Amino acid sequence: MRPETDRVKTLVLQAPSWPGHRAGQHVDVRLTADDGYQAQRSYSIASAPNGSTVELTVERIDDGEVSPYLTEEAQPGDRVELRGPVGGYFVWSLEPSGAVLLVGGGSGVVPLMAMIRQRAADGDDVPTRLLYSARSIDDVIYRAELEQLAGRGDGFDVVYTLTREQPSEWTGYSRRVDRELLAAIAPDELALTFVCGPTPFVETVAEALVELGHEPSRIKTERFGPTGG
Amino acid sequence: MPIVSRGFKGRRRDDAPPERVPPGQYVTDDFPVLSAGPTPRTPLDEWDFTIVGEVDELHRWTWEEFRALSSETITVDISCVTKWTKLDTDWEGVSVDTLLDGVETAAEYAVAFCDGGYTTNLPLADLTGGRAWIAFGYGGEPLEPEHGGPARLLVPHLYFWKSAKWVRGLRLAATDEPGFWESNGYHIYGDPWQEQRYWGD
Repeated sequence: MRPETDRVKTLVLQAPSWPGHRAGQHVDVRLTADDGYQAQRSYSIASAPNGSTVELTVERIDDGEVSPYLTEEAQPGDRVELRGPVGGYFVWSLEPSGAVLLVGGGSGVVPLMAMIRQRAADGDDVPTRLLYSARSIDDVIYRAELEQLAGRGDGFDVVYTLTREQPSEWTGYSRRVDRELLAAIAPDELALTFVCGPTPFVETVAEALVELGHEPSRIKTERFGPTGG
Repeated sequence: MPIVSRGFKGRRRDDAPPERVPPGQYVTDDFPVLSAGPTPRTPLDEWDFTIVGEVDELHRWTWEEFRALSSETITVDISCVTKWTKLDTDWEGVSVDTLLDGVETAAEYAVAFCDGGYTTNLPLADLTGGRAWIAFGYGGEPLEPEHGGPARLLVPHLYFWKSAKWVRGLRLAATDEPGFWESNGYHIYGDPWQEQRYWGD
């Protein structure tokens, strides 16, 4: 277990017969209570493929049923059931022939981080930019690792936007991702875009990218969580 | 024997009769939006619905012609493969039986095709007999683009990825061709009551 932020924790799971996975895929986690009651939820895999190890980064949803258990109750040695990996579309491949844009809102950064880690492990140098929207610097998951990877000079970089509060010397973006922000940071020729986060975020970003002239069929989206509607 | 997770208690709802909630699902009051790409937005004067493939002739309706067909309001439960189930959702639409009336075909399967390139496949038997609609209204309002408007396929007895958003037609065929999610790890049929979520289920 690894705390990432106040509300977010990474669980390192050992799955002895794990068949391997591709960055961007997810798993179904099933919990069974003493009386047989069960609940299942899906979580994106945070780790690049690594034998039988599967890392999940989970955000605690206040009135959630499974995330409070995973982030607050579960202890090393506890067991859960995993089904997966699932999903063949929102996945990282070695094919991108040009720049890749990853756009993450909040915990939507998790499957994108698997892709970033995969890219680094493969020694890939395809130009890749992560646009990461978080409420504050303390809500940025994987911050140290992202800094380290961006410092390698292999074509990966990160642009943050902190939407609710910013540190005192912050010179970066401080508003919700909008068309103007995307126009400023998205490469003109995008081979592939992955967008992940809450639905309103994904909807805004995908629509703005299409309006800016990017090809809709090369924009892959994954949406998390309630819509609030 | 499922593995018991120490300390897990769960949250049991008392307003979700078990006989209405398929296995592995939880009831939500929300209406989540999930899709693989950006939301298409087709103007109504460019919209049409066609039935093509193994048919006597191409059948086509413009939006006006489509809306002139007899429609009905229905209340159904819907289940998404991502585990949420929503009870008592209200829709308005044209029964697929109405659209297929007068279409001559020996086909046993159909692929629903949509703006944005999405497809999903179903046996023709699952689209008939009062089990499927082309829905243009949700909750008493016109169906919003995010939820598949101007019109989506509605097939409540299967996982909701079969209820293709932004549907533009049906291609009838003799064989069952996997559509988008069916080609990306998801079950070819998708019966929630048998938990047919993924390949191999």
